[in-house]
Amino acid sequence: MLHRLNFIPGRLLRAVPVVFGVTIVVFLMVHLLPGDPAIAILGDKGTPQRIAALREQLGLNQPLWVQYFSFIGRLLQGDLGDSLVNQRPVSEVLFQAIPVTLTLLLFALVIAMVISIPLAGIAATRPNGARDLLVRIFTLLGQGMPQFWVGIMLILLVAVNLRLFPVGGYGLTDSEHLYYLFLPALTLAISMSPTIIRSLRTSTIAALGSDYVATARSKGSGGSGLFVHHVLRNAAIPTISVIGVNLGYLVGGSIVIERVFAVPGLGSLMLTAIFSRDFTTIQAVALFIALFVIVVGILTDVIYTLLDPRVNFSSKERA
Amino acid sequence: MTTPTALLFLAQEKRRNTRTRSLKAWYRNPSLIAGLIVVGALVLVAVLAPVIAPFDPVKQDLQNSLLAPGGAHWLGTDKYGRDVLSRLIWGARVDLRIGFMAVLIPFVFGSVVGALAGYFGGWFDSIVMQIVDIFFAFPFYVMVIVLVFLLGAGEVSIYLAISAISWVAYAKIVRGEVLVVKKQDYIVAARLGGMSHGRVIVRHIGPNVMSQAIVYAMSDIVLDIMAIVTLGYLGLGVAPPTAEWGSMILDGQEFITTQWQQATIPGLVIVVTSLGLSWIGDGLSDLLSPERRK
Amino acid sequence: MTTPAPLLSVNNLSLGVVRSGHRPTVIVDDVSFTVAKGERFGIVGESGSGKSLTLRAIAGLLPAGIDALSGSVTYEGRDLFSTSSAARRKLMGPEIAMVFQEPMTALNPVVRVGEQIAEGPRRHLGLSRAAAMALAIEMMAKTGIPDPAKRARAFPHELSGGLRQRIMIAMALSCRPKLLLCDEPTTALDVTVQHQVLRLLEQLCDDFGAALIFVTHDLAVVNQTCDNLAVMYAGHIVESGRVKDVFRDPRHPYTRGLLDSAPDFDQPDRALVPIPGFPPNLADRPSGCAFAPRCIHAQPGCLVASPALESLAPGRSVACIESDSIFQGVPA
Repeated sequence: MLHRLNFIPGRLLRAVPVVFGVTIVVFLMVHLLPGDPAIAILGDKGTPQRIAALREQLGLNQPLWVQYFSFIGRLLQGDLGDSLVNQRPVSEVLFQAIPVTLTLLLFALVIAMVISIPLAGIAATRPNGARDLLVRIFTLLGQGMPQFWVGIMLILLVAVNLRLFPVGGYGLTDSEHLYYLFLPALTLAISMSPTIIRSLRTSTIAALGSDYVATARSKGSGGSGLFVHHVLRNAAIPTISVIGVNLGYLVGGSIVIERVFAVPGLGSLMLTAIFSRDFTTIQAVALFIALFVIVVGILTDVIYTLLDPRVNFSSKERA
Repeated sequence: MTTPTALLFLAQEKRRNTRTRSLKAWYRNPSLIAGLIVVGALVLVAVLAPVIAPFDPVKQDLQNSLLAPGGAHWLGTDKYGRDVLSRLIWGARVDLRIGFMAVLIPFVFGSVVGALAGYFGGWFDSIVMQIVDIFFAFPFYVMVIVLVFLLGAGEVSIYLAISAISWVAYAKIVRGEVLVVKKQDYIVAARLGGMSHGRVIVRHIGPNVMSQAIVYAMSDIVLDIMAIVTLGYLGLGVAPPTAEWGSMILDGQEFITTQWQQATIPGLVIVVTSLGLSWIGDGLSDLLSPERRK
Repeated sequence: MTTPAPLLSVNNLSLGVVRSGHRPTVIVDDVSFTVAKGERFGIVGESGSGKSLTLRAIAGLLPAGIDALSGSVTYEGRDLFSTSSAARRKLMGPEIAMVFQEPMTALNPVVRVGEQIAEGPRRHLGLSRAAAMALAIEMMAKTGIPDPAKRARAFPHELSGGLRQRIMIAMALSCRPKLLLCDEPTTALDVTVQHQVLRLLEQLCDDFGAALIFVTHDLAVVNQTCDNLAVMYAGHIVESGRVKDVFRDPRHPYTRGLLDSAPDFDQPDRALVPIPGFPPNLADRPSGCAFAPRCIHAQPGCLVASPALESLAPGRSVACIESDSIFQGVPA
């Protein structure tokens, strides 16, 4: 079984050029600023002294390739640069924000599964039936609603009118964190679940019509045991890669949603940095998110392999 | 109801059933028709905005700010006393225009790059796919927000930012289709018959691979409109006081407890817009690739 | 008749597709037969004749969209169609079990085969996980799978087609059913393996005392395996009886056609005569005998009404109004 995971080193190796490319993109960001980056960053606060100091701090006086290699060199030492606003290392704030956003994403993923699995199951048991239609309306609406607007509507209905959950913030203790993160996570889950439901519905219909489900029924299996053991176990496999691909989308969404609910995660960090033109912080957040997406991609392949015994990335000896 | 021409048409249909399936389908495609009606109506509203909007969308009237819906202002006024309905109507111009326009460059550029990469393969394909992988590491919103910040707020920046990212998806889709099509016998035959690469791509591969890209373009417009309103909501979009749906939601959020409709109604309009576009997309995918649907 | 109460009886069963606003499309029409304890019963027909659907109706596994239109299936005196689905699930496994045609798709691709065999015994026999697994390995050994303890941990795709079908058989017999339904169990296998699997099925049914319903398009398989058979054409039973009687003296032109078109290893020099034409479209069924358009003996009377299944002798029936005139004086 575990020998099928031998593909991991090779998979990591293939990620190296992508990571390399990502660092180039992040590095080049500063040069996309129109005109002199230092002037562009400082805007109207740019006295000649401050511009000169910033050029020095960003290393803009050196040739491009020297700048890039010193950027990489500092990255490898874990140095993400200093914030242009308060001159403190960016890594400090970044590592405070990361667990917040990861918790939010994980929470959203759990809620999305709780929404999607039953809805996809209901829709798949009678395709084109009344309940399938209702689920389809939900997926259409879920895809058509802007995420931040869903968040605002939830604030209006659940936080303001029903007073069930806080309007925003993060709380102090672990349990408070979950309580405060519920609405933002629900918002992300609502916008993510249509994709999961569509994928899961299709694969559940296929599984329900499959010979092996007929076999299971001929053994007297039925009800939820049949659904979990035979249907879901197979139907979940294609959905895993759909979720893997969409986690990137979820990260993007979390940036906006953190803003709506004032959650102190990566998104708030990035938007605050954007409004204060804190360039090094923007770079660091973008770099971390890209690396996160790459890691999620690799993890998706691993989980996929563990769930589907037929997949064998590592050897071609078996057909 | 049934004219002789229609009968003749139906008779021909029966004979050439498989070849003209798509022709037969379009008027029996409720999702395409519903989508065209919805989007058509919205486009009409946008085009006729100067005629049908009851008020000037940007003119402030602080004496009449935050009016409840009713009276002369059907949907009320915002905190500057601007008519919400008029701003919605004018907002359609901005959001739909940017949404549709932002698709053009990525569609053309991405499709061409994808077709070339898939057709020629080799080092060019490897480099393109490497770049595609790198771009896919950055979530759409992250990249759009950062790029709009770097390029400065404004419509042109939005086009550039969206184009810089979303061509990747077209390249990937078209490349995948080309890889399938180029193995087909008729392509091999055309090449053996002495047709040049350029002609093979334009005449034979292009028409066969574009349907997926066109279907994707519909959902891409939705994605772009979402990005535009999100940028507007974050205050990074089209500069105020121009009416734009996302910034209207931002303005309305302030008064969510007293005037809930201010943030709600623009969102509903966005939902209707994206529903219409998704329906067109569903209809097109039925129409253009019937064999793909079960 | 003095035969004891049958194990299973299918009475006037009709299956079809019901759509609102349309007449139902009948796929299986008025099919009746009985299977005694320990009997081996073959159902022969081309694909689309309704033989597999009849089998699935007995197992309660009709595909979505196809329903029983009329008739009943009685197992040991119980009407299966009026049994609750929970009670019916209790029957599937310890009373009735099924072996499918395609063992690759009929096994769950992501569950180890041992677990799949053990699932039934755990549910129906109340065995612990370990005891059920031990039984699964024992059953695998009985079906002739070498090194069963190791193979039990394999996934279906890691086994050959023949082994997979043995797994299916082990699974079906694990709860010692009294009736085994086999839907073309050897069709998907290599010719050399087919024979082994067939022998295995026979031997195990003998050992376990299980009755067998064997659906196939292959007359030779029925000849080797079964006691009685029914020939189906376009949803009807056109002829039934003891296997050796039907083979010696077919009374329906379709049965005769089937025999003439199948290779006979006892008479390798005999010319094969294919049946001309194709089975009818069920949605657009001709009036009269469904086989008439392809029948070289068809008379104008054949096109008037669908012929009823008439008894020729105890346990021997045929549905052909011209049967007597066609086969009179034909040497057996």
